[in-house]
Amino acid sequence: MSGQRVLAVRELTAYLQRLLAGDGHLANVWVRGEVSNLRRPASGHLYFTLKDQVAALRCVMFQGRGRALNLRLQDGLEVIARGQVAIYPRDGVYQLYVAEVFPAGMGLASLALRELAARLEREGLFAPDRKRPLPLLPRRVGLVTSPSGAALRDMVTVSRRRFPGIDLVLAPASVQGENAPQELARALDLLGKLGRVDVVIIGRGGGSAEDLSAFNTEIVARAIYACPVPVIAAVGHETDLTLADRVADRRAPTPSAAAELAVPVRAELEERLALLAARARRGVEHRLQMARTMLERLVKSRGLARPQQELYYRQQYLDGLEQRLLASWQRQSGAREQALQLLVARLEAASPLAILNRGYAVCRRPGGGPPIKVSQEVVPGERVEVILSQGRLQCQVEDVKAGPACQGVTTPAGEPCK
Amino acid sequence: MPAREELKFEEALQKLEGIVRALEGEGLTLEESLDRYQEGIKLVRLCRQRLQEVEGKLQALLIQEGDVVEKEINLAGGENYGA
Repeated sequence: MSGQRVLAVRELTAYLQRLLAGDGHLANVWVRGEVSNLRRPASGHLYFTLKDQVAALRCVMFQGRGRALNLRLQDGLEVIARGQVAIYPRDGVYQLYVAEVFPAGMGLASLALRELAARLEREGLFAPDRKRPLPLLPRRVGLVTSPSGAALRDMVTVSRRRFPGIDLVLAPASVQGENAPQELARALDLLGKLGRVDVVIIGRGGGSAEDLSAFNTEIVARAIYACPVPVIAAVGHETDLTLADRVADRRAPTPSAAAELAVPVRAELEERLALLAARARRGVEHRLQMARTMLERLVKSRGLARPQQELYYRQQYLDGLEQRLLASWQRQSGAREQALQLLVARLEAASPLAILNRGYAVCRRPGGGPPIKVSQEVVPGERVEVILSQGRLQCQVEDVKAGPACQGVTTPAGEPCK
Repeated sequence: MPAREELKFEEALQKLEGIVRALEGEGLTLEESLDRYQEGIKLVRLCRQRLQEVEGKLQALLIQEGDVVEKEINLAGGENYGA
């Protein structure tokens, strides 16, 4: 700014506005003082002055832009206000544009908590991508709560109703009072190290206007974060979440609701299993039926009307598969045995020729005889007959190569031959 | 791959669902489908076992002479939840 030039008032004011706006401290300040000269015009904005023995600060809180927490503003009240200091050009005054007002008595604790929450948030303790999924069926559910509170009884009752056999393990801790933070953190630590605990609930009973401060401590927040298994918190209220609620992997409105999240309904799991087992059986039955249909078609085909020794081998192979199915079925359920044996009998009635249909062939001497399985069984110049899925080929052997079973050869499906 | 004992319930269930989908599809050979079926049966049994092996205990952790011990407890003044 030039010292030579005469400025318009608005120019000086604009300069001061820029000056204040450029100051990082003034963008977000906390000020303590006594409310005086409070005015509430019809606009809904609030105007007041914060003062102490020696100084005064004009304040404005715009409708919808600022809020008063846990208090109703009135003259004489000691408060802490947070906001931005800026120039109001028309009156040529600086004032505080208030974002939040707290009662001064609660202010310090509230400030400290806000600062702690901000720090933990920066460290990623509340990060959504850090939330772990809950186990479907925990081997044991860990409970961190007071051994004498209603929360414990509620959680046990709900767990027993959903899954009577579920194992619960309580790590007792005071939920309020001087020792509560240490006890809660220690209980979480113990359960985390215990083993066979797959989920932990940290909760407290509902009731009167309780002291939630233990659940707003850094030591408890960090203990939840450090717990090696997922933690469900049932502590705060929808409107007043504690740090414990925010760090936990899941949050529930009550201990009972937390138990519902942690413990599955046994009957539902059993039903799901039974359904899957039934679907598996139907799937494999269907596959067997397909094989049987395919075999029947092959048996009826002209080229393979006569039963051959090789085909008996194939039948044996299929029978082996049937036996294995029968065995696993019997192990699973005796009631299904009869139905399976019926199915096996139907399959045995058919000649198992599916293999040929998949591109394999049988090689033998013309006019019959056992299949040729080793190359040295024939000599160059000898005639052989190759049976295909449809029709047969009369061939003359050009060369005989010895060697291990079909080395370097691939199946029709392109897989290396075993 | 972890031993069967260490396979979590939901992992077993997930595997089982994959096997059932494969069995219901058309892509398997007869032999493969039987292998899968047998594997599925094993998983069903494993899951059922898991549903049964919990004992319904309510325990509390107590500190005795500096060691953490698990002790079975009852909830006083109501149903007996302990046994």
